[in-house]
Amino acid sequence: MGILEVKNVGKRFGGLQALSDVNLSVAENTVHAIIGPNGAGKSTLLNCLVGKLIPDTGSVMFDGQSVLGRSPHEINQMGISRVFQTPEIFADLSVMENMMIPCFAKRDGSFEMNGFGAVRHQLDVIEKAKTMLEDMNLYEKRDMHAAAMSRGDKRRLEIAMCLAQEPRLLLLDEPTAGMARADTNNTIDLLKEIKEKRDITIAIIEHDMHVVFSLAERITVLAQGTPLVEDSPENIKGHPKVREAYLGESA
Amino acid sequence: MDAILLQILNGLDKGSAYALIALGLTLIFGTLGVVNFAHGALFMLGAFCAVTLNNILSLSHEIVDETQTDFLGNPLRVEVPYIYDWFGPEVGASIIEWSVPLAILFSIPIMIAVGFIMERGLIKHFYKRPHADQILVTFGLAIVLQEIIKYFYGANPIPTPAPPAFTGSFDFGTMLGFEPGTIIYPYWRLVYFFFAMIIIAGVFAFLQFTTFGMVVRAGMADRETVGLLGINIDKRFTIMFAIAACVAGLAGVMYTPINSPNYHMGMDFLVLSFVVVVVGGMGSLPGAVLAGFLLGILESFASMRQVVDLLPGINQIIIYLVAIIILLTRPRGLMGRKGVMED
Amino acid sequence: MLGLEKKDTRLFLIVIGLTMLAPFLLNPFPEGSEMAQFNAGYPDLMQRFVIFGIFAIGFNILFGLTGYLSFGHAAFLGVGSYAAMWMFKLFGMNVVPALLLSVVLSGLFAVLIGYISLRRSGIYFSILTLAFAMMSYALAYSVLATDMDGPDKQGLMQKGLTGGETGLQLSVQDPRILGAKAGADGNTPVPNFFGIEMRSATEMNVGDWVFTFSAGYYFSAFVMLIAFYISIRIFRSPFGMMLRAIKSNQQRLNYTGLNPKPYMLAAFVVSGMYAGLAGGLMVAMDPLAGPERMFWTASGEVVLMTILGGVGTLIGPVLGAGLIKYMENILSKINSEILHQWFAWMPDGLEDLVVTLIYPFIGKGWHLTLGLMFMAVVIFLPGGLVEGGQRIMAALRGRKAKDKKSDADADVKPAE
Repeated sequence: MGILEVKNVGKRFGGLQALSDVNLSVAENTVHAIIGPNGAGKSTLLNCLVGKLIPDTGSVMFDGQSVLGRSPHEINQMGISRVFQTPEIFADLSVMENMMIPCFAKRDGSFEMNGFGAVRHQLDVIEKAKTMLEDMNLYEKRDMHAAAMSRGDKRRLEIAMCLAQEPRLLLLDEPTAGMARADTNNTIDLLKEIKEKRDITIAIIEHDMHVVFSLAERITVLAQGTPLVEDSPENIKGHPKVREAYLGESA
Repeated sequence: MDAILLQILNGLDKGSAYALIALGLTLIFGTLGVVNFAHGALFMLGAFCAVTLNNILSLSHEIVDETQTDFLGNPLRVEVPYIYDWFGPEVGASIIEWSVPLAILFSIPIMIAVGFIMERGLIKHFYKRPHADQILVTFGLAIVLQEIIKYFYGANPIPTPAPPAFTGSFDFGTMLGFEPGTIIYPYWRLVYFFFAMIIIAGVFAFLQFTTFGMVVRAGMADRETVGLLGINIDKRFTIMFAIAACVAGLAGVMYTPINSPNYHMGMDFLVLSFVVVVVGGMGSLPGAVLAGFLLGILESFASMRQVVDLLPGINQIIIYLVAIIILLTRPRGLMGRKGVMED
Repeated sequence: MLGLEKKDTRLFLIVIGLTMLAPFLLNPFPEGSEMAQFNAGYPDLMQRFVIFGIFAIGFNILFGLTGYLSFGHAAFLGVGSYAAMWMFKLFGMNVVPALLLSVVLSGLFAVLIGYISLRRSGIYFSILTLAFAMMSYALAYSVLATDMDGPDKQGLMQKGLTGGETGLQLSVQDPRILGAKAGADGNTPVPNFFGIEMRSATEMNVGDWVFTFSAGYYFSAFVMLIAFYISIRIFRSPFGMMLRAIKSNQQRLNYTGLNPKPYMLAAFVVSGMYAGLAGGLMVAMDPLAGPERMFWTASGEVVLMTILGGVGTLIGPVLGAGLIKYMENILSKINSEILHQWFAWMPDGLEDLVVTLIYPFIGKGWHLTLGLMFMAVVIFLPGGLVEGGQRIMAALRGRKAKDKKSDADADVKPAE
């Protein structure tokens, strides 16, 4: 029984059947990649997992509990954090403040009316945010405007913000899209390091085969809204169906 | 039945004004992506174009009229408009009487110029700024424009009559076979309604049947793609803004006989027109027109004696009430498109 | 001090100093001099400074922190005014319970309006708040002003809850169960703070100068200081940080396990309570409440104040409120005669020209100046007066630093 169990999920947009009969099981403490050509329904599937979309059919269970019908912040509080394709951070806030917000969310839950206590007196949150930033080599940039950071730093910050909530499942949506080779490799190293240091399950949606094969322990290939195969990276590489559907052009 | 028809008719003139202003607002919002709080001021400027033309035509000089004497027996000095000298008193007088329709021609170049200057001078610098900034700067502009008008024309409403041929009312009911005297309707309101229909039809035809309109419609749907095609949309959008200003101005010109123009009429209409746009659906031209007439007519029904007796005050709040209900049940308005103003 | 950091403590102390010394600071010109008309140190105007300051501080908590532009905040001002008025009519003339009721009622009203309006964002939110405020205005003007006593009686509710166009007024017939029905002179009684009448004032003559110390002003100023202090605390609190996060990226907030809705509603309600407090204070200074206080222009005014002063800054809204109220009361009084006096030293033709050029912007035309200033701020100075001040300071400091640097250079040069 995996930490994330997707059963018979279907989603239709008007005349387009975006997902049909998707079954997926992500085992705890593994890196699971979901790949597929454009329009295969990867993003739709991801949005169904985090509560942005509600599937028409099927069930999504996280750690034995259904996530369906819950709003994104509730699902996040259950232990699923999401990293976006383009880094989503609080651009108008300082790096330190960016880091403190998930720490508050972890400590106080989805809403806490603390309008009178000064932020600078929240020592536990400050300490935790500081440690996280140091881990990510961002501490020197703590007073910087988040908008002014490089794209690579924004990505690191976003991942750090997700980790600060100590999620059990980290979802990454094409984390290296549009990155230069060096940045991509840095991101791969960062994710490997995270995986080594923590008990965390990572599900990654990716286009870049280099990233997928460097990280994934298990791969699901999605095509036309439905899973084609699920197997280990070695087997996927040689799978004729996959080569045909996805790697066809490049292989 | 006759009562219902009467209310529909009564709602038409206000509905026409709402529809015309909302149409311009939507054109500007849909094409340029700008929330224009100064649009009511354009309506007001149009109305004052009519006032100004009337003033110009009535410019007079003093002559001594030998045929009339005052009570001391001296010849009377009377003001005679120059226009009498040029065209003779009878034609001259009718030109002045027809100043409101004539002001249509007078106002078109003025409103186009105002629209052009506004867009090039101010609005274009706000395309990339947040909507809140656009609202604020155009709100400031609206204050400035209305204060300028107040400075030159004073704070009191200026009566500007319709041509005498249209000043009366007629018994609309008898034409449809109702009892005489049940549906009395002023001519000018009917004129206003038809005028509005012509303008609306003109704008739609322009957008539908010209290449220019096609590009604008494509731009409204997807600005970036059209920009990628190498079409200079910015220039077209400037023209669109001028057209929207013109529509608002003409709506104002023709409205003067219905309500004497004053400097704050623009803001009064703007607040309601925004509600109209939101009810119709931000970015939807048919929605703006539909909602304009719908709310105008609803307002008129809510002012009926029987309704007010039943629900006191409903006539004052009906538009806002409808707007709130629509916004909460159909967030995109009656005919709004997906993805407009949804961040 | 009071749990504020150093920088905020300094700001707070400056504001305390300015408000306490306002009767002096705002009266720099001796009585009877030509410039005396620029004195703003009379109680009525000083009270307006601080009351509108409270209104703007509250508005800034919503707009400055979350970026949600409400165009209907005057509704809460109106509710606060009517609430305080009814407290005066029913119970007594002490301002404390009246203000409490203002805050509580406007807060409840804000819960209702906020809960509905906050279901939408952006321009839709602005239009919804505008619609609610205009509805409140229309209701206060008409339905709520109808005779609720019945035609044969002349009682408390004769003019309904709001008094309609003439507004809600005190009367010697009001029950006032905890206080006198009439003042010592037989007229309607005056609002007081445990016996201190709000309109009582002492004058101090120093040479040609006359300084007026009014109880009403100092009471309002104390209330404003408390309001200002609370707003600093909110700005520096985790709650304030969440509000700024909402403005910055609501999507990220959602995916960080935080629910923006209750945060927004809390900000809306707090800001509505500030408006209600301001409304209550207006009535405490001058017991009369009319529906025009809820009209959309009143909502627009607080937007102007906040932007002019500096949206999102602590002190900005107070400055903006002060500036607009000063212009409204002082600039508007200058007429062409005064202008001619000022420029009398010029040659005749030039004098007329200058006066003609300036005239549209002052006196009754002060709104034009306001509109132009407002546009200029939105276009060039999005941070308002506060940003302007900071830029000037930075420029001065920069020049000083430059001077120092060039001095240093000069020192170095001979050594070469």
